[in-house]
Amino acid sequence: MAAILSVQNLSKQYDGGFQALKNVNLEIEEGEILALLGPNGAGKTTLISIICGLVNATSGTARVGGHDVVSDFRQARSLIGLVPQEIALEPFQTVIDALRFTRGLFGKRNDPALIKSILEKLSLWDKKDAKTMELSGGMKRRVLIAKALCHEPRVLFLDEPTAGVDVELRKEMWEVVRQLKADGVTIILTTHYIEEAEAIADRVGVIRGGELLLVEEKETLMQRMGKRQMRVELMQPLETVPESLSRYDLEYDAETQTLVYSYEANGERTGIASLFADLSAAGLVMRDVETRQSTLEDVFVGLVEDKS
Amino acid sequence: MNFQAVRSIYSFEMARFFRTLSQSLISPVLSTSLYFIVFGAAIGSRIDEIDGVSYGAFIVPGLIMLSVLTQSISNASFGIYFPKFLGSIYELHTAPVSFVEIVLGYVGAAATKSALIGLVILGTAEFFVDFEVLHWGAMLAFLALTCISFSLFGFIIGIWSKNFEQLQMVPLLVITPLVFLGGSFYSISMLPPFWQTVTLFNPVVYLISGFRWAFYGTADINIGISLMMIALFMFVCLGIIGWTFKTGYKIKT
Repeated sequence: MAAILSVQNLSKQYDGGFQALKNVNLEIEEGEILALLGPNGAGKTTLISIICGLVNATSGTARVGGHDVVSDFRQARSLIGLVPQEIALEPFQTVIDALRFTRGLFGKRNDPALIKSILEKLSLWDKKDAKTMELSGGMKRRVLIAKALCHEPRVLFLDEPTAGVDVELRKEMWEVVRQLKADGVTIILTTHYIEEAEAIADRVGVIRGGELLLVEEKETLMQRMGKRQMRVELMQPLETVPESLSRYDLEYDAETQTLVYSYEANGERTGIASLFADLSAAGLVMRDVETRQSTLEDVFVGLVEDKS
Repeated sequence: MNFQAVRSIYSFEMARFFRTLSQSLISPVLSTSLYFIVFGAAIGSRIDEIDGVSYGAFIVPGLIMLSVLTQSISNASFGIYFPKFLGSIYELHTAPVSFVEIVLGYVGAAATKSALIGLVILGTAEFFVDFEVLHWGAMLAFLALTCISFSLFGFIIGIWSKNFEQLQMVPLLVITPLVFLGGSFYSISMLPPFWQTVTLFNPVVYLISGFRWAFYGTADINIGISLMMIALFMFVCLGIIGWTFKTGYKIKT
């Protein structure tokens, strides 16, 4: 598939000297959901702000649908919808007027049928004549999404769509995103919730200190980095881990009397059977056994720690 | 050129004008009526004619200019500052529009509003004093030029302002004195020679003088010079706006 978004050697240094982005390269294919994951201040918003035209890059290029976002900004921007992080709406404008206004800004004639279908999809149709200031926070966010969609963009940027949003609304937002993907929209979202990336992204990009550390399929990332852990709680405390168990590279947590064994989840042999055999040979009695798969969060924390 | 965008911005801005119609129209009309009562009827009756025009009629062009200038600046500066303040300006940056469309939309709407207000004040003046407009075409052209130039100026103020205080500072500290000292209420020939020379540095003098010429055919300053000055002012404003958008100064990081 062709890349709908292509970012090359993008850097940004703010006037104060702060280097927000360092030589970022990124390709995004049509129809995928990419989550840009990173702590606050990592450069996520700067990256999408440059692509969308809110911030000028210091060097490097970004192209959307083959159009440079600076020299060919009209074509590039017609393909982009942006849902900003902060709620920014004209308080006295009605919902439907807000959508018409945005559509007009993008040079498109009013299309009542399309606007109706977008509002219905976002459960806003019955609020179409309400002033935006009368809406709840969740509705305002949905209005922002509706505005970003009403000029029929091919790429949608969601900047922290669920920051400061309650669990209910977050789930609702994810549902909206999945639906948009089903409609063929390419989605790039920034988030610092790993749970969010895990729940909806196809690929995950990890960004930190202005550097894009990696971009990978979510599944591959978790497989490659993902480890399983088995925790074996013992009946009696141990002084030291017996010599006969040294090849398992076990960690011992004295407080909980637990031996921790890490192994490759997708390895051919996990070594669990022999570990159990060796444990009983060493005369250790198990009280409880627990295994768990590392989450994207563990992967992420591991990555961020590695680099720092 | 994205005309649909110009139309969108223009009608959005005009919608705000009509939504706040009472505020937009009543206050300039009321304050102008008060000026007519105080300066035209009360004080004016004791003042001689100026250049063959009764004092009440003499101040009509000046009063219209006073309102038009302040309204142009406040409409245009508020129009662009408010989205900046709300954050909704992100839409203008991310839409396929250049500064040309943005300026046409915002400045066009602000200029339309202040021209409407100017005409309403002209109508109001009819109730208080007798006067005739000698050159209708020139009067309307002057009105339009003034509305456009000062809306451009207001737009610059709106972009450069960091807070509401700054937004009101320039109109209050610069425009009001310039208008009052620009010959709204007197002919500059009534000033001592030294102050007459000083006055020539006030751009508003050229506007009011030219505008008054369109009404009564007499002017403190040659009409050609007046036109040149206002055209110059307009191009300076356009230049500043073009530069601001090109460099992203105060609007982009």
